[in-house]
Amino acid sequence: MFTAWTQIFKRDLLIAFRRRSEIIHPIIFFVMVISLFPLAIGDDKVLLQKIAPAIIWVTALLATMLSLDTLFRSDFEDGSLEQMTLLKTPLSMLVTAKIMAHWVITGLPLILITPLLAVLLYMPSESISMLLLTLLLGTPTLSLIGAVGIALTVGLRQGGVILSLLILPLYIPVLIFATLALQNVEQGFSAEAQLAMMLAILVLAITLSPFAIAAALKVSLN
Amino acid sequence: MEKQYSFTANLNVKNLACWRNDQVLFNNLNLSLSPANVLFLQGENGSGKTSLLRILCGFRLADEGDIFWDNKSVLSNYEYFQNISYVGHKNGIKDELTVEENLNLMRSMATASDIKTENVLKQIGLFKRADVLARQLSAGQKRKLALARLMMTENSFWVLDEPFTSLDTATVEFFELLIKKHVTRGGMLILTSHHEINLSGLSVNHLNLSS
Repeated sequence: MFTAWTQIFKRDLLIAFRRRSEIIHPIIFFVMVISLFPLAIGDDKVLLQKIAPAIIWVTALLATMLSLDTLFRSDFEDGSLEQMTLLKTPLSMLVTAKIMAHWVITGLPLILITPLLAVLLYMPSESISMLLLTLLLGTPTLSLIGAVGIALTVGLRQGGVILSLLILPLYIPVLIFATLALQNVEQGFSAEAQLAMMLAILVLAITLSPFAIAAALKVSLN
Repeated sequence: MEKQYSFTANLNVKNLACWRNDQVLFNNLNLSLSPANVLFLQGENGSGKTSLLRILCGFRLADEGDIFWDNKSVLSNYEYFQNISYVGHKNGIKDELTVEENLNLMRSMATASDIKTENVLKQIGLFKRADVLARQLSAGQKRKLALARLMMTENSFWVLDEPFTSLDTATVEFFELLIKKHVTRGGMLILTSHHEINLSGLSVNHLNLSS
């Protein structure tokens, strides 16, 4: 059961490595958009500092959505998805391997590059560590929730618009708790409550979304 | 004498119906297949051959009717699906993986057969191209690789949708032999094909979906 899981995980990492240009696109998008803000706003340190968490989080959210598009598409088009439904390991397990690999490829580099971008926006160092923590808890949730939408729309030719309508509203709670946590830290309060909520949402997404994703993929295959 | 398949049972389909865009593709379809038998589906384009195969593999839901494997409905019988080797219109191989990586992947995720990957490569004539990305193969070579899936696992129920498109004569003969070996081992096979297929010596049932 776990061999198939690790095989899919390794396979996806290998494929991503051989298709680097496609993978790097969302990360470039993330870096570009964030670095445009200081250029547009000018040297207003106070303002940049104030809106930095919002800028980084909203861009991370959009970059995640951009990157998710490739999650199931090639498997759907080349018939690998059909083959995956015929395996001993349930599809709901296998999709977690795919999402995990996808997060390692796109979510993790995004987090790693964030400190640099945060400095660009004059974020104080105590806020940066909180920002990284919220991203670490938040981006896997974004991937899991987004994957449900991707799975539903992978069979459609013009899935993009429906997709953003479908999943952006579901991203709002994560966005609210993450930015609230950062505000609290900035004002010298504890952000434990927000982090606990984000962790709770992540646990909920891990437990429930694989079943929704597997069911949605089967609908798309039908 | 080849080793017989350990897992095999009768397949029964009762009153199956399939609609597409408010059109009836087939209705009240009954069929049964027992081990060591072949079912050859025929019918003109758009008569529902592929739809029937996809329903049997669980990719598509039947609009009416039931499928029974070993007298149990397949809806709650996961062993049935795990025992299927399906080769459809899509090859199910990854372009970014090499030929050998593709084969090993097919093997590692199911009940593996005894045959070595190296031997499979030699038999399908891709031994010298084992380290080539599947993307760089010709259409026929990709098809060979897709069909090699049948040799990598111990699945006793094969579902083949137009298996021999873009294959050369020698390869077709090779896979015909493979099919014969499979059926004499007690395997089951459902296929569609517009090519002439030599299945002499096997017990073949024909089903025409056009009539």
